[in-house]
Amino acid sequence: MITTQEPKVSEPREIVVTRRFSDKAFRSILILGGLFAFIALSGIFGYLFITSLPVLQYAGISFFTDSFWFMGDNLLPNQGSIDSPQLGIFAMLWGSILISSLALLIAVPISVGLALAITHFFPKFLSRSLTFVVDLVAAVPSIIFGLWGAYTLAPHAQLWAKWLNTNLSETFPIFAVDFQYFGQSPFMAGIVLAIMIIPIITSVAREIYGSVPRDLITGAQALGASRWTMIKNVVIPFGASGVVGGAMLGLGRALGETVAVFFVLNLVTGDVNWFNILESEGGSVASFIISRFGEASPLEVQALFGAGLALFVLTLVTNALATLIVNKARRRR
Amino acid sequence: MSIAAKTHKPWRSIDKTVLMQQLIVHLGTPFLAMFITINTGFSGYSGFLVVWFFLHLVTASLLGKFGKRKRAVSDSLFEVLSTAAVIAFLLFVISVLEPVFQLGLENFQVHHLFEDAKDTGVDTSLDIGGLGHALLGTLMTVGLATLFSLPIGILAALYVTEVRGVLTPFVRFFVQAMSGVPSIIAGLFAYAVLIASGILTYSGFVAAIALSILMLPTVARTAEEVLKLVPDDLRSAALALGGTQWRAVRMVVLPAARSGLVTAAILGIARVIGETAPLLLTAFGNREYNLNPLEGPIATLPTYIFQQFLLGTENDVRRAWVAAFVLLVLVGIVFSLARVVSSRFKQA
Repeated sequence: MITTQEPKVSEPREIVVTRRFSDKAFRSILILGGLFAFIALSGIFGYLFITSLPVLQYAGISFFTDSFWFMGDNLLPNQGSIDSPQLGIFAMLWGSILISSLALLIAVPISVGLALAITHFFPKFLSRSLTFVVDLVAAVPSIIFGLWGAYTLAPHAQLWAKWLNTNLSETFPIFAVDFQYFGQSPFMAGIVLAIMIIPIITSVAREIYGSVPRDLITGAQALGASRWTMIKNVVIPFGASGVVGGAMLGLGRALGETVAVFFVLNLVTGDVNWFNILESEGGSVASFIISRFGEASPLEVQALFGAGLALFVLTLVTNALATLIVNKARRRR
Repeated sequence: MSIAAKTHKPWRSIDKTVLMQQLIVHLGTPFLAMFITINTGFSGYSGFLVVWFFLHLVTASLLGKFGKRKRAVSDSLFEVLSTAAVIAFLLFVISVLEPVFQLGLENFQVHHLFEDAKDTGVDTSLDIGGLGHALLGTLMTVGLATLFSLPIGILAALYVTEVRGVLTPFVRFFVQAMSGVPSIIAGLFAYAVLIASGILTYSGFVAAIALSILMLPTVARTAEEVLKLVPDDLRSAALALGGTQWRAVRMVVLPAARSGLVTAAILGIARVIGETAPLLLTAFGNREYNLNPLEGPIATLPTYIFQQFLLGTENDVRRAWVAAFVLLVLVGIVFSLARVVSSRFKQA
């Protein structure tokens, strides 16, 4: 008797992952760890906001748009104040932006030059040692730059400022001053910040310039391009968005810099120094907080938290934009 | 990292005339610049550098145009410009480091490393007292901060590399955003949470919290980079042996990345060791040794430098330079440690 057996075809099975309890616990701990940055950021925002809320309610939007710092009798009107404080940090905010933009103006060309020299010009051993120096400078503490600014740079920068003022102030009104004293100016703070952010911008630019596809470079050379023509038409356009992102990372760092600026800038809260970069008055939110914090009354501490909130939001937005730009540039390569 | 492909011309021997012309132009220009500087209105080093820069632009382009080896003028200009950027940067760096080493070494005495400042008043001679309390305070606060931020940083990195869940881009974005938090904001936050609320006074613990906020992004990003380098084969092999994910991570992934994780910790330390602003708000400063991180102000090197420099008298400023020197040496040690460990990791 012949029986034909149906061949057994096994059904495709669905793969189901049932994780053990230990793995579930492990994964949820990891999720918690992953979310920690978010928790910390919202915690910082929340604490800054809640602490400064009474002052912000009292001063309203003018806290960010006026230039005053007068504590009066250190009481709010609802606490029975006779001599109410007047608070506004616009001069400081504008000062932060002014010195940081100045720093960018100085730092970006130097950084691009450095990055191009490292990636497309210098022989290998020079490039390596230069990269090492740039990384090392990134690790130098900001207080040492502050000492440098106050001790080494100040005498020189005063001479440069004087020269700029006497020779160029008529053509460029930004070099004009009211008083012939050139110390502690936004110009000086800008130079100090520039040196501090050059390593940041350089390392981003170096990475992007170094990742230009070889085909593009050799293609340009095959078409007869000289070194500069190749760099101008291939390397720089390719790295443009990376450099912009790196510059914004540097901007974020410069906006938040505290002690180095504190040593080299004369903070004036009552008056906005719009563009006179050689004038011995300026502002920086971070340095302002540190300069007032030591002797602040409880109300003033709350107001300083308001200033901190403004700085936090400003740097966060700058950095978020920078991150997006840099990531986009990285993904494209 | 020179990417540009070199054009090899083996048929052309090195031309002596070309070499001579280059030597004359590139070495002669500084002398010409010096001559001009001395004989005209420019003065000092800055004047010399400015003259040299512009003069070299001219001479280098002339060399390219009329020398034996012809080349585009723009090439010469580019080379002079980028070299000038490098020289300007190096000059600034030297001028930053030179006084620290010069004034620091000049005034440094070995007993500074061990003695505290309880017997020193304003402008006391440097033969008395020292910065040992600040050095110990820096080591304590930074050590505590590492203790807090290293585990959390590694967890955040493990989420990205092991769980690979839907939140991954958000986690990375927020870690990145956190790296932009200004140091003073971290100080304000720690102050608000722990000091203003009356839980603690100025202390090393609060300072460590502030520092660990600044440290976390560096640790997390570096740890993520090194965990990514662990091959997926290792993970699959561990799971195929029947291990749970937790065991695979603990016994395979983490040990494989161990020295990379040490690098992450060291880079985090390098990031915060010189921070001043948050410490002024949280650790404040002290004239004596304070061994208890939970209670009482504690001195650290950066705040010590800050306060001594602001005192402004001759000997106090000297003390600030000595402390800056010690701090810089500390940074140098941490930096070279990071280099050594990470190069070992790359070899392994």
